[in-house]
Amino acid sequence: MAPILTTHDLARTFETKRGTVEAVRGIDMTVEPGEILGFLGPNGAGKSTTLRMLTTLLPPTRGTATVAGHDLAREPALVRQRIGYVAQSSGVDPSETVRNELMLQGRLYRLSKAEAATRIEALAADLDLTELLERKCAELSGGQKRRLDIALALTHRPEIVFLDEPTTGLDPGSRADLWDLIRRVRSEHGTTVFLTTHYLDEADALSDRLIIVDDGRVVAEGPPEELKTRHGGSPDATLQDTFIAITGRGPKKDDLAPVAL
Amino acid sequence: MSTVLSDTALIYDRYLRQTLRSRISLIFGMLQPMLFLAFFGPLLEDVPLGGEGDSWQTLVPGLLVQLGLFSAAFAGFGIIVEKQLGVVERMRVTPVSRLALLLGRVLRDATLLLVQSLILVTVGVAFGLRAPVLGVAIGFVFVAALAISLASLSYAFAMRVNTIQEFAPVINSINLPAMLLSGILLPMALAPAWLDVISHFVPFRYLVEGVRAAFVGDYGDGSLALGAAVTAAFTAVSLTLGTRLFRKAGA
Repeated sequence: MAPILTTHDLARTFETKRGTVEAVRGIDMTVEPGEILGFLGPNGAGKSTTLRMLTTLLPPTRGTATVAGHDLAREPALVRQRIGYVAQSSGVDPSETVRNELMLQGRLYRLSKAEAATRIEALAADLDLTELLERKCAELSGGQKRRLDIALALTHRPEIVFLDEPTTGLDPGSRADLWDLIRRVRSEHGTTVFLTTHYLDEADALSDRLIIVDDGRVVAEGPPEELKTRHGGSPDATLQDTFIAITGRGPKKDDLAPVAL
Repeated sequence: MSTVLSDTALIYDRYLRQTLRSRISLIFGMLQPMLFLAFFGPLLEDVPLGGEGDSWQTLVPGLLVQLGLFSAAFAGFGIIVEKQLGVVERMRVTPVSRLALLLGRVLRDATLLLVQSLILVTVGVAFGLRAPVLGVAIGFVFVAALAISLASLSYAFAMRVNTIQEFAPVINSINLPAMLLSGILLPMALAPAWLDVISHFVPFRYLVEGVRAAFVGDYGDGSLALGAAVTAAFTAVSLTLGTRLFRKAGA
């Protein structure tokens, strides 16, 4: 089966007052269909810039990428049709109802009103949002908002969904619920998940494979256990120790207690 | 093209509903012209203003343009807040037309301005304004064109800045001189020669004079034709520039 995502020498520079900044210096990677990939790196490593390029929000300055069978530079509209994206900030109108936000999302993805209405009911049932459909987004809790964000990203049945630090700011209970949901998205729908997170326990628990970037380059890649053995010294090493061994520093915030698996 | 139209309708519908939910901003947006109408208009009733028609036919067209100038030029405020909330990014990762993201918002602004203009003219009638229906309708077309032009530029500029603190001073420093030099409150015919000369470089002057000519029913007047030509040119340039900058800014 062909990879769902490939990049070759993907790079992005920014012109700033202090000169040219190379945020991403040439990333080569492959993501297989149905995989949960943890994309990790210290603060400023180039994770967000890479994610923004892969979701068509930012054009690369060099290199190529194919996402869900389409060339990122030449066919961004087709890429958008096949990907889902959960950004760090929610992107919903606080004064709008959950149902209307889901309807708008469906219509933006070219579903008819009837198709969107059917999809809303199915998604709401699947993501435990049925009771919340008529509520205003401002009235939702942090965990409920995140479930809505994921429902929005899944409205059009994307082949790959990009989650940008989806559990930041959530309490441990809501994080555990969201982990379960991410696993179900993959197991029940076969959706590929591309996950960035600062929480290494989260990356360890969810990911089939990790890609660690630092200073705009891939510095390590492999299944969590393999990376722990190779860089942490043993399969029993923590991902935190492994991460520090690879990058020389820890991720930005890892201040939440690990969630029971 | 049909995709752009249906996407524009979607975006328009979203923002119109958002506006209807916040009626208070609709009312506050009209406050300034209403205050001028109520507390400044009566002062002009017996003042010779040098043009055709009475003082209300001079003042109300000016207030319509002022309403457009201030509400449409500040339209970009909304998009700055939306950028911070992640709304802009959420829409940009969908296949929705980039042009529709701008047009839907701009058409909502034009609709809002037309409703406010209708209320302003109705209140003006209560104060003593008398104007032909056709003239008022022509005035509304000018105001709608102004809203489309300024809102496009405002959104494009707002996409390029990150905070309201960066946005507001720039708009204020353009709007106030533009208002004073357009003869919005009093015709520029009353101005000394040097001020009159400077004001000819401000396109809004021609809009105001065009709407004033329409409100006195002087459709063959050169002011109306000149106002229409300047408005059309200004709209074409603003919409082209706005669209280009909006896209370039990553929208």
